[in-house]
Order: sequence, then structure tokens, then C-alpha cells
Amino acid sequence: MSKRIVIDPVTRIEGHAKISIFMDDAGNVADAEFHVVEFRGFEKFCEGRPYTEMPGITQRICGICPVSHTLASAKAGDAIMAVHIPPAADKLRRLLNLGQMIQSHALSFFHLSAPDFLLGWDTLPAQRNVFGLINSNVDLARAGIRLRQFGQEIIEVLGDKKIHPQWAVPGGVRSALTAEGRAKIKAWLPEAYATTKIALDLFAKVLKTHKAELQIFGNFPSLFMGLVTPDGSWEHHGGKLRFTDSSGSIIADQIDVANYADYIGEAVQNTSYLKSPYYLPLGFPAGIYRVGPLARLNIAERMGVPQADAELKKFKKLGRGAVTSSFLYHYARLIEILASIEFVEQYLADDELSSHYLRADAGINSLRGVGASEAPRGTLFHDYTVDRNGLLQKVNLIVATGQNNLAMNQTVAQIARHYVRGEKIEEAMLNRVEHGIRCYDPCLSCSTHAVGQMPMHLQLIAPDGKVLDEKMRG
Amino acid sequence: MSARTLTIDGKQISAEKGASVLQAATEAGIKIPTLCHLEGVYDVGACRLCLVEVKGINKLLPACTTRVAEGIEVTTNSERLNKYRRMTLELLFAERNHVCAVCVANGHCELQSLAYGLGLDHVRYDYIFPRWEVDDTHRLFGMDHNRCILCTRCVRSCWHIEGAGTKNVAGRGAKSKIITDLNQKWGDSESCTECGKCVMSCPTGALFKKGSAVGESERDRTKLEFIVNAREKKQWNA
Repeated sequence: MSKRIVIDPVTRIEGHAKISIFMDDAGNVADAEFHVVEFRGFEKFCEGRPYTEMPGITQRICGICPVSHTLASAKAGDAIMAVHIPPAADKLRRLLNLGQMIQSHALSFFHLSAPDFLLGWDTLPAQRNVFGLINSNVDLARAGIRLRQFGQEIIEVLGDKKIHPQWAVPGGVRSALTAEGRAKIKAWLPEAYATTKIALDLFAKVLKTHKAELQIFGNFPSLFMGLVTPDGSWEHHGGKLRFTDSSGSIIADQIDVANYADYIGEAVQNTSYLKSPYYLPLGFPAGIYRVGPLARLNIAERMGVPQADAELKKFKKLGRGAVTSSFLYHYARLIEILASIEFVEQYLADDELSSHYLRADAGINSLRGVGASEAPRGTLFHDYTVDRNGLLQKVNLIVATGQNNLAMNQTVAQIARHYVRGEKIEEAMLNRVEHGIRCYDPCLSCSTHAVGQMPMHLQLIAPDGKVLDEKMRG
Repeated sequence: MSARTLTIDGKQISAEKGASVLQAATEAGIKIPTLCHLEGVYDVGACRLCLVEVKGINKLLPACTTRVAEGIEVTTNSERLNKYRRMTLELLFAERNHVCAVCVANGHCELQSLAYGLGLDHVRYDYIFPRWEVDDTHRLFGMDHNRCILCTRCVRSCWHIEGAGTKNVAGRGAKSKIITDLNQKWGDSESCTECGKCVMSCPTGALFKKGSAVGESERDRTKLEFIVNAREKKQWNA
């Protein structure tokens, strides 16, 4: 029989998780599981609602990435109406998603993760947060906070609200980009570029000093999945699915998102409320794949904008074939911020974004609709089945954090194998495990995590079920 | 028409005989909160939001169905009235499933703005969370019973402005519901003229244009008033 360490709870959407680390008889880490229960209930209580309300309802799942849900939901609505939305509406939705990428990635990097690798793993928890960062480097902290603000301003300019904009609807969007909005976003660009450059330079230094983390923090072969354009470039909204393996070879490409179920299986483990998606042709658990910034950069042949493309070249050199260390999610996130700013700049020069032809009108033409969009954390699927009147009969949401579930398990196991010694839980171990999860910027980071700590409950459990040691946090 | 003189909130007011206290107050520029009242259709005193105090009478009276009388002294705003109005609103919120954040009427809802106005930041009663359905069978409109407060505005405008008599009330107490024809699906109604007056008159998000997303249900009541005025003042008579 083996022992089991449980980190519990990370059980609620506000940012609670549970981690179990299984020990074998020799006292070594055998395996690990990461559990989240963030979407429990949504799929059920949306049943019976009109599909047109879904972009409004589902974005309430999260306060950090509401845009991702509202866009995937609106796309599922487009599919139910069986319409091609007006080109201007598609561009405007993309602009909104870019704002979301920037703000969420900036939050992840500056507020949540940077304190760990800039202040050090063994800094006291009370200082290892964004306030500690402010104390040690106020300019960097301010720049990071303002970069996030830039992303949020884009969202507000388009949707009237920084959080939960009621703007994307099935068939299109509700309003165009105004001249004032255009000017407002444009004024931010020089500062946004400058901050991103500072962060990229900073991370280049971190890479030199954190070689161990590169090896230990989730460095393992897996598949990678995300959306790509028809020519294989980086995509964030629209496009088709691509899977690559850890050698960088494409194993499935240009898959219509509506057919995701032919490629993604969902394993149910009786120890977790969260399903574990896997690449169906390889089976469970061999079909483990990662989504999110690391995956998107692995599957993309180019970003499609010059500055980010130059960074992508450097990034690709960090792996043989694919870049497999989850510690490099941070780097990938910064490159995506850069690409997003470049794309925002392109859109600002596009007059079509002021068009007033923004919404397609149609009834219920398909009883099923799948919408997918790249959320900051990875590919998000909304799959709706409606009746003839457009009331939801079935809702299936596949979220990024879920798709990274298996990878997070492996990451936690890998870190635990290095740092767990004996039967006591050390603070240094807890912190590194925390960061291993934070690399993926899971969606449970919503509120409590946002001040730098994930509430965790970690238990070390003996083979007979006896709790050997226990630590609570948050 | 003979006039009646009364006092509302200490202000001497003259109103036509037969006018309601609500009408007299409105004409004098005194605002009384209402919910079931709708210009152009008769009043039923259903919501109890317009309750006022009349000196010498112990119980509170609805301003919409109380006629003016010579010399009465009316108070429209007091601690006691606010307490009851809040309680009424809380009971309305607790009775069905009102989720403003994801409602089609968010930002344009009379129930919501009254709650804001009275500083309603929580509900003291247990929510009942009943299971009510959405009727989206009509070609143009939908009805979400979760958001219905049974003000019967839709029933009255359907019967007395449009004259179709499609909407009715069935059941008793908390189980009351707005029905279409003989409790059929709206889409199966033979009497509905698809005029949309019920949707225009709804104070909440219970009745909506199909395809509406969150916050999109803006009501245009001027059309109802236009029709009623034109009819009553015989503007359409050549």
C-alpha cells in the first residue's frame, strides 16, 4: 500500500484546489492529482434558458476571463443560427479577445507569478505577492498593473464594462468601435510595447538563473492542442484545431471545432469532479495534451506579426521539437501579449471596425452549435443543444483548466518527486507545488489567488489513511 | 366636473372628482412608486407598491385604486411606507427567480430600479427558487415565468388596448401564472395578434422579444400611450 498527500481544498471557483500526492511504500512520490470543481452546476442550470442569454450567463463563470466565455458562447449561438457573422463583427470580437489576452496574461505574469521567481521561492509568503513586488521594484509592478489596465480598457471601450461586458451576442456584436475608443486605445500602445519589452528582457534573465525550474516544473512529453489559421499561424478566435506531439510533428490538423468530440475524450476519474480530457486516438492517459500559451506557440508556425515572430523564433529554440517545459508558459504568455498588442495596432488602422453592420439575424437553423475560442488559458469549447424554439436542452463546456488537468497532475508529481522528503510537508515544497500549478494560470486563480496565494489544504496521508501531517493556507 | 381638494404630503391639491390619489399626486408632481400601474389601462392595485397613508384610516391604501375625497390628508413618503414597500419588493424577489445580472431587462427593469431606489441590497426572506419554464414557442416573443411578478399589465393591455384577450391569469396564490388562451403554448394561440403590446407593457424581463440578449429589452411605452390617447381623445375620428 502507498501513502497519499492531499492538498485540500482548492475546491471552489473562488480559487480553491485540492491536490493529492500518492506515495509508494518506499516513501517516493508515485503520482499526483489536481482537482478543481469550478464549473459544477452551470451546465445544469443553463438547461431551459434561451441560447441568446448564454453569452451573458456563461461569462459569469469567471471574473478574470468572462470575455472568453462570452465569445465562445456567442460563437455557439452563431452555429445554432447557422450564420456567418458580418466581417466587422468578427474583427471586433477578435479585438475584444486580444484585450482579454493582454489583461489576463499581464495579471498572471506580474501579479501572480513574477513574485515567485523575482523575489525567490523561499521568501516569506507574506511578502511573496504583488505587494512584495511593489516593495522591491515599484516601477515594474506599476508597469505590470498598467499593462493589465490597457487590456481592460480595450474591453471597456468595446463592451462598456471591464468585466462582464454584455456585448457579444449570437450573430455578432452590439456596437462598433467609436473614434474616441480608437484614439483611447491607440494612446496606450507605446507604453504597452515598452512594458512588454521590459518583461521579456526580465524573463530572459530568469531563464538563465532558473535552469532547474526549467527541468522540474512540468517538463515532460505531451501533445499540444489549440486553434490555428488555415496556414498554420497563431490563432485566438476562429480557426481550426491542430494537435502536435512533443517532437513538434503535426498529428491532426484543421479539425473543425464542431467535431472536437471525435478527437477529445473525457475521462472521468472517481477521485475528481473534474473530467480529464485526452486525445481520443491515443486513449487515456496516453493522450495527455496541454493547451494555453505554451501549446499555442508550439502548434503555431508563426505568430503573423513581426516582433512576436522574432520572439517565437527564440522560444522555439528552447525545445527539441516542441517546447515541453511548463515553466515556459510564462515566456509564451509574454510573447502572446506582444503579438496581441501588434494585432491591436493593426485593427486600429482598420476602418471596418466602425461599420454598423454588426449583427446577423436568423432563427434556429441548427439544433446543435459548438463555439470555440482561445481563452488566455487555452481552448474553450461551448457545445449547446437546443430545441426548435432555441431553449437549451444540453450544455457541455470544456474549459482550458480542465484540459490541462492531466498536465497539472504530472507537473505536481514531478515537483513533488524533487522536493517531498519524508513525512513532513515543507513550506518550500508547498510553494513550489503552488507555482507548478500557477504556470498554467488555472482559472481558479480568480479572487483569493489574485493577492498572491492559493488557499490550499495539504495532507500527507499514510497507506492506512492516517493523516501524517497537515497544512492549511488561505 | 366638480373638483375635490385634498392634501398630499402637506401640499394643498385640487383634483377632479373620481380621480385616483395616484393621478392627483402625479399631476401635482409628487412621485409615488408603482409597479402594476400602467397608463392607458385600468388599475387593479395588485402590487401594493403605491400604498399611502390617509389620516384617520389605520390601514394603508393603494394610491392607484383609492379615489380622491374632500379634505383627506395623504402621506406618500414615510418610514412606515418605505418599510412596507421594501418588504413587498423583497417578497417579489424571493417568490420567483430574478437574476438581474443575466436578465434581458437588466438596466431597463422597473422592479430593479425600484429596488435600487429603495436601497434594497439584500432580501431577508428565503428564496423559494420555484421551477418555472420559459415559453419560447411564439414566433416573435418569449415569456419567462421566472421573472413574472403577476402585475397583470400584459393581461390588461391585451384585453383593453389590443382587445385580443389572449393573456389571462390562472391558478391561485404563488402558483398563479400568466397563461395564453386556454393555458396553451403561446405559439399555439389562435387569438394572439402578435401586436407585442404585452411585451411593451411588461415591467420586468418576463416578456421579451425573441433573440434578446442580456440587457437588450428596452421598453417603448410611448406607443401604448399614443394608442390610448388617440382612442380616448378620438384623434382617429375623421
